[in-house]
Amino acid sequence: MNNTLDTIMIFLVLTNLALLGLSRLGTCIRIVAVQGVVLGLVPLLMNNWHFEIRLAAFSAVLIVLKGIVFPRLLTKAMRDIKTLREIEPFIGYSSSIALGTALLIICMWLSSHLPLPVETISELTVPVAFFTIMSGLLLIISRKKAITQVLGYLVMENGIYTFGVTLVEHQPVLVELGILLDVFVAVFVMGITMFHINREFDHIDTDQLSNLKV
Amino acid sequence: MIFLKILNTVLALITAPLLLGIINRTKAFFAGRNGQPLLQPYYDIWKLLNKGSVYSIATSRIFRIGPVVGFSVVLIAAAIVPFGGLPVLLDFQGDLILFAYLFGLSRFFTVLMAMDTASSFEGMGASREVTFSALTEPALLIGLAAIAKYTGYVSLAQIFSSINFDAWLNAAPAFILIGFAFLIVFLSENSRIPVDDPNTHLELTMIHEVMILDHSGPDLAIILYSAAMKMWLLGAILTGIVIPVHSDNVFLNVSAALLFMLLLAVLTGIIESSMARLRLLHVPQLLIGAATLSVLALILILR
Repeated sequence: MNNTLDTIMIFLVLTNLALLGLSRLGTCIRIVAVQGVVLGLVPLLMNNWHFEIRLAAFSAVLIVLKGIVFPRLLTKAMRDIKTLREIEPFIGYSSSIALGTALLIICMWLSSHLPLPVETISELTVPVAFFTIMSGLLLIISRKKAITQVLGYLVMENGIYTFGVTLVEHQPVLVELGILLDVFVAVFVMGITMFHINREFDHIDTDQLSNLKV
Repeated sequence: MIFLKILNTVLALITAPLLLGIINRTKAFFAGRNGQPLLQPYYDIWKLLNKGSVYSIATSRIFRIGPVVGFSVVLIAAAIVPFGGLPVLLDFQGDLILFAYLFGLSRFFTVLMAMDTASSFEGMGASREVTFSALTEPALLIGLAAIAKYTGYVSLAQIFSSINFDAWLNAAPAFILIGFAFLIVFLSENSRIPVDDPNTHLELTMIHEVMILDHSGPDLAIILYSAAMKMWLLGAILTGIVIPVHSDNVFLNVSAALLFMLLLAVLTGIIESSMARLRLLHVPQLLIGAATLSVLALILILR
């Protein structure tokens, strides 16, 4: 079981790095969706595939929301505003990947100095959770298009969720569902906002919005 | 024992150009052609060896010694890289660093030869070669470091004799990552698609081919042969990681490794037939990706 979980964690790291290095929005949306689905399977896996209605329902909600609803919403937003790729991010793709690797090393170091009160299932979960949060943040601050920033926000949520999963027995599912609802509303609102920004200004470059203040 | 040691090197010397033949046949199959004979690379090398060389008056001594340096480098490398569990002729502590930098030396001379002709196209090729190899090197070295750390040895022969299927069970994710990183290194170092297209003769895009445009006759034959040897040696490293067969039967070990080499050549052919060459701007991204995979593997093993 531990090996499967480790493999999932490494998959998470690789998808994060891929997100940092790719410019096509469609591919990025799909990668985030796959990330969500794989993470949705983790609660079932932790219970050794032992069926329990509470966990199964939780997984189902997670997979439907992250694997189907979010990608649909984002793909629709992407089509409506006719942007297919991120152009000229603040930090280039190669340097983003290099920065991501550096972040990974920092996260590994950080989590080794961070004793948790409870025992985690796999040694990798905490550093990978940190790394996922960090790379989500990096996506938000280094990209110009609003849609990539929404993706970064989703990746961050995936990181927080990974952290929560390691403490699953100490965290009520209700809290997790509450967070999920927040994220759902946020993505929904952001989709509408992006549409309006685009209709008003003909683009979704957020860095140009700061000119409005002047 | 000494027979097996010599076999390890001789096998590389004899079979290396065959890999190119297999790749070409695979590509011909995908293109719906019959393709050149499997042994065409040997015929080419033989034909070139029987020709005379033409030297431009603008070139110096470096242009002439370059191919010889390149060939001696692969000969030394063939003596330290074990293939399919065979013993090696030369083996000392830290020879994995020698392995990585032997290719660095041969690259240095290839680049010097290209600059020596003072052709602007060759200069472009040289500049690209240097840029890309600077990014490939970390992937190779960090990957080797990861395996060295896992096995606890620093000589190629010892490393590859101590990797076995148990290692795969214990650290499967790390080994898969290293495998992919080395596959990218293999394609990039041998100037294959997606980094470089070995068939193109368009100076604007090619890297390795453009640097040897001015070579002819035996010099070109030696360069082609060294390139084939380099492909074999990097393939042998990949084989040692992916198929660590160490049974008591030497014949079984070698044939398993040979089978994997065949598959590797076919895989290269498939990649070349199904992918386009990456835009030059995107190549560094791929290579940094490979380096990242190696770093990740090292982190997993150090943990």
